[in-house]
Amino acid sequence: MSASGSAIEVSALRKSYGDVRAVRGIDVAISAGETVALLGPNGAGKSTTIDMILGLSQPDGGTVSVFGGTPSAAVDAGQVGAMLQTGALIRDLSVGELVAMVASLYPAPLDVAEALELTGLSEIAGQRTQKLSGGQTQRVRFAVALVSDAKLLVLDEPTVAMDVEGRRSFWATMRELAARGKTILFATHYLEEADAYADRAVLMAHGQIVADGPPTEIKAMVGTRTIRATLPRADLDALAGLPGVSGAERRGEAIVLSCTDSDAAIRALLGAHPDARDIEIAAAGLEEAFLQLTADDAEGPEAGPAGSPTAPFPGVGL
Amino acid sequence: MSALSYTRYELLRTFRNRRFFLLSLGFPLVLYFLIAGPQRNNHNLAGTGIDAPLYYMIGMVSFGTMSGMLSSGARIAAERAVGWNRQLRISPLSTRAYLRAKVLTAYMMALLTILALYISGAALGVSLSASDWLQMTVLILVCLIPFAALGIAVGHMLTPDSIGPAVGGGVALLAFLGGTWFPIPSHGFLHVVGQLLPSYWLVQASHVALGGHPWPAKAWIVIAAWTAVFTVLARRAYRHDTGRV
Repeated sequence: MSASGSAIEVSALRKSYGDVRAVRGIDVAISAGETVALLGPNGAGKSTTIDMILGLSQPDGGTVSVFGGTPSAAVDAGQVGAMLQTGALIRDLSVGELVAMVASLYPAPLDVAEALELTGLSEIAGQRTQKLSGGQTQRVRFAVALVSDAKLLVLDEPTVAMDVEGRRSFWATMRELAARGKTILFATHYLEEADAYADRAVLMAHGQIVADGPPTEIKAMVGTRTIRATLPRADLDALAGLPGVSGAERRGEAIVLSCTDSDAAIRALLGAHPDARDIEIAAAGLEEAFLQLTADDAEGPEAGPAGSPTAPFPGVGL
Repeated sequence: MSALSYTRYELLRTFRNRRFFLLSLGFPLVLYFLIAGPQRNNHNLAGTGIDAPLYYMIGMVSFGTMSGMLSSGARIAAERAVGWNRQLRISPLSTRAYLRAKVLTAYMMALLTILALYISGAALGVSLSASDWLQMTVLILVCLIPFAALGIAVGHMLTPDSIGPAVGGGVALLAFLGGTWFPIPSHGFLHVVGQLLPSYWLVQASHVALGGHPWPAKAWIVIAAWTAVFTVLARRAYRHDTGRV
């Protein structure tokens, strides 16, 4: 498989549980070496999608291929390492033994000591698995996923039970793995994680993909960057009328412009007001992009068949 | 070799789980001494002409190994409940290697139970020829195959809180109908039902050692049939068991 080959290809994928249409026909292709965030609120269909990519559940319709074959063929070949959303550890083994046991199942695993080192577990390698804290357990589960040294890592909400320090070192390790050429797919509802660590974000809501692109592009789609500058005597109405600006407000000495096109807006601002100082251009949080996109979807025409109303975002229950 | 390595860790885990280990091994021993101890000089149990310590040793072996085999299901149910089963399913561990590890672990416990009871039996005066001990042991191990498969099947079908009563009740029933606690009459309803059960033949395995009873073809057929049924059930249960518990 070349570095530019396809790691995951999902097409027209569907899955229902009873009346609940958890995944409603999604298409996504992930190339080898990409780091992709599968982003969405609880109940968006992320875990259902991941279960199908891992071969843990069978699609009602559509296809999933992993490295050109079925998910179970990829799993059997040891090409997939995964960390599921829920799950504890089996008892009566030490952390080191558990990781070694999993390593023994894979054809070409990472050195166990290295896996423990990467996940910060070397110090507690001798401790029994039933005596760990929640954060430590989560790190062991991460070690179990990465000791496979599989070329595809799938992580379902990996940082949920981690504290701030745990998260920081987790993402440092992830960067290291991405640098080694791993393909990484992680589900999250932490928007800042997708923003900071993914090459690409696939945004899911109500079982559908509502956006797919670089996290920066998703933010651009809803056009919310802000320009902030110190400009004491400017006329707000005139500022609001500048190209690329959708709104203006004053905060003390400073003005804040909401922009649909911040590039055009900054040129126009500096043309009209060369004395503007302390200029900052900031991207709106992905949170805002997320809210806007998923809210649009909830009102959109694809909101399910007749008689099956879609829950309004942030409504859950899917 | 991944399969053998997985088995090795399974064994390690079993021996480290002291409560499971000691209770599985200790309970049949305690029962044996309580029942057979006071009757150690009874050489004609219920008119069968069999020594009481020998009869109860055999009964307790069948009870202890049967419940040991089915208890492996309780451990599987507990692993599933914490989601470990799903973690294994996304590793290259094959169904075959998984089942082999579970069966070998259960057999290891069964062998230890048998050994402990043989020693206890000898302490109460049971005396058999080497070939009788051997023949009896081999037959018992063969008769345990369907129970190994059944343990795995129930482990993948039941939850940790339902498996306790199911296994406890199931073992009691199978032991009762199989003649573990008292000799099954040689004719009548219980005899007919008993002969269709693997637990009956587990008890009968020893009768070869007691002399006079050849091992009938019927026994092989019953054991083979239950093995086939439970193996299919266990494989199916494991294959379908990929959901969140």
